[in-house]
Amino acid sequence: MRAIARTLRRLRRSPFFAVVISVAASTAATTLVAAAAEAHPAGRWTKEERAMLRSLSLASLGPLPADPSNRYADDSAAARLGRALFFDARLSGNGKVACATCHVPASDFQDGLPLGRGVGTAARRTMPIAGTAYSAWQFWDGRADSQWSQALGPLESPVEHGATRAQLAAVLGAAYRAEYESVFGKGTLTRATTGKDGVDRVYANIGKAIAAYERRIGFAPARFDRYVAEELAGGVHSPQGTLSRDEEAGLRIFIGKGSCTNCHNGALLTDQHFHNTGIAAAPGLAVDSGRATGVRRALASEFRCDGPFSDARPDDCAELSFTVTEGPELVRAYKTPSLRNVADRAPYMHAGQLATLGDVVAHYSAAPAAPFGQSELKPLRLSADERRQLEAFLRTLSGPLAAPPGWLEAPAARR
Amino acid sequence: MRSIRSLFPIVAAAVLLNGCMLFAKPPQDLDYSRTRASEGGFYRATIRPDGDSIPQGKLQRWTLHLETAAGVAVDSATIAVDGGMPQHGHGLPTKPRVTRDLGKGDHLVEGMKFNMGGWWVVKFSVAAAAGRDSVVFNVKL
Ligand SMILES: [Cu+2]
Repeated sequence: MRAIARTLRRLRRSPFFAVVISVAASTAATTLVAAAAEAHPAGRWTKEERAMLRSLSLASLGPLPADPSNRYADDSAAARLGRALFFDARLSGNGKVACATCHVPASDFQDGLPLGRGVGTAARRTMPIAGTAYSAWQFWDGRADSQWSQALGPLESPVEHGATRAQLAAVLGAAYRAEYESVFGKGTLTRATTGKDGVDRVYANIGKAIAAYERRIGFAPARFDRYVAEELAGGVHSPQGTLSRDEEAGLRIFIGKGSCTNCHNGALLTDQHFHNTGIAAAPGLAVDSGRATGVRRALASEFRCDGPFSDARPDDCAELSFTVTEGPELVRAYKTPSLRNVADRAPYMHAGQLATLGDVVAHYSAAPAAPFGQSELKPLRLSADERRQLEAFLRTLSGPLAAPPGWLEAPAARR
Repeated sequence: MRSIRSLFPIVAAAVLLNGCMLFAKPPQDLDYSRTRASEGGFYRATIRPDGDSIPQGKLQRWTLHLETAAGVAVDSATIAVDGGMPQHGHGLPTKPRVTRDLGKGDHLVEGMKFNMGGWWVVKFSVAAAAGRDSVVFNVKL
């Protein structure tokens, strides 16, 4: 190891990077001049831009990824149970808080508040749920590495559901015995309540059922997706697939000058990674170092991919095995959210620090320094017109959710 | 881990002077070859990603083939993986490792991932009988 360190020190002085610097700087300058010279009429996209548009469209979203850590993920009886649990307020310390209390299906599974409000007030903004099956990491700080592990966090958080594992097992035993045992095995609930490990097992299974429900919630095409499909098919636009001049100009900023696609890429408009974007600390909250703490919690969680309650083989847990566990880039880095339906869910950022979409665009334009850690942003210095156009484009990303019929509402009252 | 990352701010600052760091195109004359000689000329290395094109946002396994300048396969080596985006000033989103010596100079690299489009560099630092050296690949997504 000492040998490698010496090699690295030697490399630091290597001329290679000096060459890279000068080449990068000079070509960057010529590229800028060239780009300015061939200004495009609105609506005309280069081959490269068309490839980018295609990649951002919902049509490019691949199939739902398997979750090997949850063997019930694609079990429809588990999903039905999960749906019932999602809307059931008995799964809380005061009998008043269900998952759906904060994750309101009619509001894109979020609550429109700066901080989630359950039994008490959470320290973070409620995140939407659609499409999260595509993400290796859940929560703003990625402290859970699966949907089922995520679902378990709020249940016993003293400010969210405020429930205990024993209490939850009792609710399952009283209200969901048949449904639970048809999924997880005859007699399992009865046996579970006799020992601590059993209660933990029921707890994990609650998460797996809720995840089986959540993973069926996705996005249906937005106006932007129709625009891209029609643009790629020859550029004849239907009323449902038309972008205004401002929206088109905003899209051009989004994939060009704004560099938004550095992080907001792919069909879900997120790189599913963590970034420090210099968001101010929310007043009154404890120090929050984001991913730096989140990754430690993910690695220590009993519900992690290679933990005792997971159904995965160690080989299935590569995201966990190869995650970055330390370094300055983790400090105050938060998950890149999907931009689908972004206009419908103010306020923004991990503690709702920015009230409007206009504030968000202004933040990226100005790129203030981070309260601590290093912001990755560079000021975009957008004009007022450009900011308005970018915001107009972001509004074209709104569309309905996709879910099995009726699944965005609570199941009919039982028994 | 530190060497490439500590250099990135310098690269970023140099490019920033031109006023377009964030949407800069990569240098035109970069060598994207999948076979390259090491910096000090001790080794020749070949990367073999899973397929022809490298996907964005997905964990991948690569094979790194390593031989001496004279063409002798190198099996016994300590290999560290590093990299990042010179124009963005950040490292790799994951911490890839060489997990297995596959024989005949092939080494399994797991945990490769690229979360953004653009120009990436991936550096393998090799310590083996022929000496310590490193080989840098340019990757375009
Ligand atoms: Cu980057």
